[in-house]
Amino acid sequence: MTTMDRPIPADPSDAHHDAPYNASRGSLAADVLNWATTVDHKKIGVMYLFAVLFMFFLGGMAALAVRLELLEPVRTTVNAAGQTVITGQLFGADPENIQAGNQTYNRLFTLHGAIMVFMFIVPSIPASLGNFFLPIMIGAKDVAFPKLNLLSWYIYVIGSIFGVLSIIGGGVDTGWTFYTPYSTTTDADHWRVVFMVLAAFILGFSSILTGLNFIVTVHKLRAPGMGWFDMPLFIWGLYATSIIQVLATPVIGITLLLLVFERIFHVGIFDPGLGGDPVLYQHFFWFYSHPVVYVMILPGMGIVSELIAVHSRKHIFGYKAIAFSSLGIAGVSFLVWGHHMFTAMGTLASTLFSALTFLVAIPTAIKVFNWIATLYKGSIAINTPMLYAMAFLFLFSIGGLTGLPLGALATDLHLHDTYYVVAHFHYVMMGGTVIAFMGGLHHWWPKMFGRMYNEKWGMIGCAIVFIGFNITFISQFLLGMNGMPRRYASYVDEFQMLHQISTFGSWVLLVGFLIHLFNFIYSLIAGPKAPPNPWGGLTLEWETESPPIEHNFHHEPLIKHGPYDFELVVPPHCDAREFPLPVPAPPKPGPEVIK
Amino acid sequence: MTAINTDKPVGESAGRKQMPWERYVQGHHWRNAEDEFDAAKFGMWLFLSTEILLFAGIFVGYAIMRMLHPQAFSNGSHYLDVRWGGLNTVVLLISSWTVAMAVRAAQLNQQKWLRVNLIITLICAIAFFSIKLGLEYIPKWSVGKRPGALFNYPFASDPYEPMWWSIYYTATGIHALHVLVGAGLLTWVLVRSFKGIYGPKNYAMVETSGLYWHLVDLIWIFLFPLLYLIH
Repeated sequence: MTTMDRPIPADPSDAHHDAPYNASRGSLAADVLNWATTVDHKKIGVMYLFAVLFMFFLGGMAALAVRLELLEPVRTTVNAAGQTVITGQLFGADPENIQAGNQTYNRLFTLHGAIMVFMFIVPSIPASLGNFFLPIMIGAKDVAFPKLNLLSWYIYVIGSIFGVLSIIGGGVDTGWTFYTPYSTTTDADHWRVVFMVLAAFILGFSSILTGLNFIVTVHKLRAPGMGWFDMPLFIWGLYATSIIQVLATPVIGITLLLLVFERIFHVGIFDPGLGGDPVLYQHFFWFYSHPVVYVMILPGMGIVSELIAVHSRKHIFGYKAIAFSSLGIAGVSFLVWGHHMFTAMGTLASTLFSALTFLVAIPTAIKVFNWIATLYKGSIAINTPMLYAMAFLFLFSIGGLTGLPLGALATDLHLHDTYYVVAHFHYVMMGGTVIAFMGGLHHWWPKMFGRMYNEKWGMIGCAIVFIGFNITFISQFLLGMNGMPRRYASYVDEFQMLHQISTFGSWVLLVGFLIHLFNFIYSLIAGPKAPPNPWGGLTLEWETESPPIEHNFHHEPLIKHGPYDFELVVPPHCDAREFPLPVPAPPKPGPEVIK
Repeated sequence: MTAINTDKPVGESAGRKQMPWERYVQGHHWRNAEDEFDAAKFGMWLFLSTEILLFAGIFVGYAIMRMLHPQAFSNGSHYLDVRWGGLNTVVLLISSWTVAMAVRAAQLNQQKWLRVNLIITLICAIAFFSIKLGLEYIPKWSVGKRPGALFNYPFASDPYEPMWWSIYYTATGIHALHVLVGAGLLTWVLVRSFKGIYGPKNYAMVETSGLYWHLVDLIWIFLFPLLYLIH
């Protein structure tokens, strides 16, 4: 790809604009001030990255605690001395009161869910990798509203502080969904639940601002020559995500606000005692929270489209089908919320919601088949991003297909609120989104920080995460089908083997993620310097330096080819990793082509 | 009122000092000022769509509760004085007109009319809020017409009247909050307009704050019949 010779007007006061975006400004104090007040989308993306990774760590610790508690069932026995003994309770155990330990368990899984959903997975890909790469990949200098972007980060931090305050105050035991009447009656004299609900409310604004910013950026700041269908598919994924964020988040805003009013003023809208309707809360909640499931997965799908095309050096199969299926998923996402409340609706409504739920499978399957078709006859490079992309295909397909029995009325009757549901959405959220996030992080890590990670350890980490994940959650499918209900601290003895396998898997997962953590720390300290285009990608971010300069590009880029035109742009026997690419040699005057 | 021909550089030819709006340049990441202006407006429209969806939640809540307790809602609307609601509607409609005129004045570099229109809009905002608070909220609250569990009006004829007041206070309260936010934005614009920041080359802030103010008006246009007129 060539860049256009349109020099940016020189400004002597802006000497640092040609330096890497993360170059130091001299002293530590100056650096902190510079990062805290930056409006540079790259720095904001990096700040988001570390914030969400920290939340992932907190939520992961809560998950490990939940799994540890489930290693043994809670039992009350009478020992030889005639004393009542409670066994199997690890956290908050109180020999006098079996409920206290169970309460602690309730708080732990709520903590895990609320942190992972609101503070990690919703902002994870869009706000970190999206913020960093969306403007670069469309050839812009920044997002449309840079100050709003910084504001969204601060709102995210404030929201997270509210959540952490609630946790320090003892946590909430409502489940991350804040269902009424749990959320209106438990800890009625305490502010913890209000703080956690307000945290989710505040985090929603950060989500809206990011989504709004991305939509306007994609519309107004594409580089000259970049049409809608010249955009990388990651951008399409982010665009569809942003539409959902902008249209769904305000509904959770008003829902959580009503919940706060309910708790503080007892307005009664969700309280049957005052003429309200608790199921109305669930409708409101899932009108947001089902679309937001696609906020979580669509950016991951965008990343996988990039990974598979770049690391198999092949034009993506069915570009428009993938782009439109993202929008299709975004559209259908608003019509399926009712499948969370099959038992609270009439037969007709349940049947309609069930049918609409099946519709989601169509655009999703289109994507999966297109990715597999892209791999076919590609020049597949086996490295960490590619391994993660393949892990995504495998795990996400399981996650998607196991969703269909939950959308079907007859089977859902048996499976709902069991570990089957837990396993299903972990296969989608973790096997889909987190795996894609890890793949994208490895793919773009050299670009973001200018240093390579260790490929061997990256691949080992990926393999361990993959194995650990399957051990943890396949056992939960089996538990669910055998009737283990979700959200209980104890269980019958028959389930103990599977629970122990699942807990063991969670430790394997921990090892995998620790390997990645050390690999990244090693990379930042001593990793070899990254070339501008380590993978041979053709999208714009690989045309600038690693790490990118403050203004992203030295010259405004002009788009001469599509993002995946490997066959057209890369001359035979050349590698796209060479930058700039050698000019294709003119066809040699050779012997006549035999027809 | 004569329109100034904005094709010519205003002020410079007359030997005056350039006004701040004439020196306006777009942010460094924009190719030109038109793109930046379009983006600002587009961004505001997207934000307004989120506001509509926020209130959509309240409207759905209203519809469901009305369906469950029709008699309480019928009683409730009789408690409201349609004259005050009507007066507030007129006040908001006038303010919507003046804010539109303020945008026009900024486009035409009529600095005085920009300020006059903004000030009238702000007076309307204060009037709306005073009527709402002084003539509606306080008298009703003080006789016990309160939301949910706080309700202690002794003459209620339907057991679910507290629900009506819950919806009434939630809907109009969140709307009143938006009136305050909108008035805050317009105050900010007014303060900056005294520095000559807004003019034909730079009126995005006037326009987007105006759009927000129209939304406040629009929401009220739906709240007024739902709460005051339908019995």
